[in-house]
Amino acid sequence: MAEIQIKNVAKSFGAYQALHDINLTIADQEFMVLLGASGCGKSTLLRIIAGLETATAGEVWIGGRRIDHLSPKDRGIAMVFQNYAVFPHLTVFENIGFGLRMQKLPNDEVTRRVERVATLMHIEQLLKRYSGELSGGQRQRVAVARALAMEPDVILMDEPLSNLDALLRMEMRAELKGVLAESKTTAIYVTHDQVEAMSMADRISVMHQGRIVQAASPIEVYRNPSAEFVASFIGNPPMNFLKATPAGDGKWSVAGQVMDGPRADRPHLQFAIRPEDIQPAEQGLTATAKVVEPLGAHLLVTCEVDGSLFRAVLDSDMVVRPGETLTLAPQADRVRWFDPETTKAVA
Amino acid sequence: MNAGILPYVLILPVTLFLCVFFLYPFVLVAQQAFSDGSNFTLENFREITSHWKFPISLKNTLLLAAAVVPVQLALALLMATMVTRMQKGRDIVLYIWTIPLGISDLAAGIIWLAIFDQSGFLNSMMSGMGLIDKPLNLLSYQNPGIVFLAIALAEIWRATAIMLVILVAGIGLIPKEYYEAAEVFGASPWKRFLRITLPLLRPSLQTALVLRVILAFEIFAVVAALGGTLFPVLMGETYSYQFDLLNNRAAAAMALIILAISIGFTLIILRVLRVPKGASI
Repeated sequence: MAEIQIKNVAKSFGAYQALHDINLTIADQEFMVLLGASGCGKSTLLRIIAGLETATAGEVWIGGRRIDHLSPKDRGIAMVFQNYAVFPHLTVFENIGFGLRMQKLPNDEVTRRVERVATLMHIEQLLKRYSGELSGGQRQRVAVARALAMEPDVILMDEPLSNLDALLRMEMRAELKGVLAESKTTAIYVTHDQVEAMSMADRISVMHQGRIVQAASPIEVYRNPSAEFVASFIGNPPMNFLKATPAGDGKWSVAGQVMDGPRADRPHLQFAIRPEDIQPAEQGLTATAKVVEPLGAHLLVTCEVDGSLFRAVLDSDMVVRPGETLTLAPQADRVRWFDPETTKAVA
Repeated sequence: MNAGILPYVLILPVTLFLCVFFLYPFVLVAQQAFSDGSNFTLENFREITSHWKFPISLKNTLLLAAAVVPVQLALALLMATMVTRMQKGRDIVLYIWTIPLGISDLAAGIIWLAIFDQSGFLNSMMSGMGLIDKPLNLLSYQNPGIVFLAIALAEIWRATAIMLVILVAGIGLIPKEYYEAAEVFGASPWKRFLRITLPLLRPSLQTALVLRVILAFEIFAVVAALGGTLFPVLMGETYSYQFDLLNNRAAAAMALIILAISIGFTLIILRVLRVPKGASI
């Protein structure tokens, strides 16, 4: 059992507060992704769990044991680094076996484990090579194999795929997910790539300015963002926002259209809808098409509604010309509302 | 101009300079060493190697190098590791540590002579503390061990910084991520030094050792200041053949022997510390 509990963790670098009061519980064998833009604190949090950084306050527990005062090697973790950190002076075999040698395991045990994970990562034919003779993708595999060979309770990954080209990244994404699920370890995976996060995670923690804004399943984060930041960060293109004014009795006026909304006593709300949850209709928001991008699978139309930018993903068979006026209807059950003051979702 | 020729044209002046002022004199020295005035001969080498002082000076030179270079290597590694860990004031410490590099070797020898001399600091201190009644002549033929120690100390003091500078630059090239990975995978600070720093530092270690070992075989002024004729070394013998005995053919032969030793050790160092193909940073 390797449940991870992060309790009230804070970190400051001098006057700069990198993490504010982080609380997070990651279940045993869960694949947790820390997602956020660069500088949001996601890597700092990972490094605190790894023991490469010391938290200014708070506690970290793994498997019911407090570990934040222990050195990295005593935490039951292994890590995959962004630049792989495959030691250039050691062969692939010795790289994968590095941690096992440090534990002074007998030779035959080291060989057995290295060969097992090398086969798992499809690099068994590279064991005698040095990292200078490997491609980026192969180095990545060595780095993952080195972590798996430790048979750790927790694997920490810091943007492990960000240095690979797009095609390889997609391939490794699926493979990594499979391998980690099989190894039954708890995984924390840091990335700024939302596609990676959505496709791999059991749960995503969206981070912003040193705080966890939302921690939920990928579909929950996508469908029911808890704050405006999540709504605008997740999804490509991101959610559309329009200003809504109260029209009495739970109704709100959005760009001249009156819609059902929450019964909230606020001077304004933000109306939000995903671009793919919009259809052309008889009745709806009046939009002027500005840019039309045929993307093959669908048509991305950037329009102007009520003076704001508004994107719609439409059927690729539709013919839309720039300057044309469209009537677009948001799918009612997919509409979300945010309080502009707190930026939080309003039900 | 043709881009393929341009690089060669650009290095032409320095190539000419090297040929005229280094290669040509070297050929002349080699010629002298292997001739008796007109014919090819090995007589010069036979003469110097059969002289009673040759084995002693060869032994002294090698012993000194064997005593000084490892200590310098260990010290330079220690100092380089300390300097790289410093957050502030790193440059100032580095500058202070490299001051001895700016002093000529003869001056360095004289500084240490001022310490070990009969009327030097060491004698004054010991007599001030009441350890001795009258000043001792430390650097005399009766104390070969102290003479050796004084020379070794002066060399260590004078020339460790050249290795330090090279090693500091080399350590700076090792990415921090390797240390973090080693730490996560269970390597203690000492293990990280042995398993990460040392192997990744091999190219810098090569440069530092080659440079230092060659300079160690050329030791002359420090020995002249502290040991005089008590401690003959190869370079001192070369000097005395040339200027005291006015035998420039023997001096040339001595110079070639020192060169051969230097080349030999350089090849050994390059071989032992070689980085396998594909294994560099």
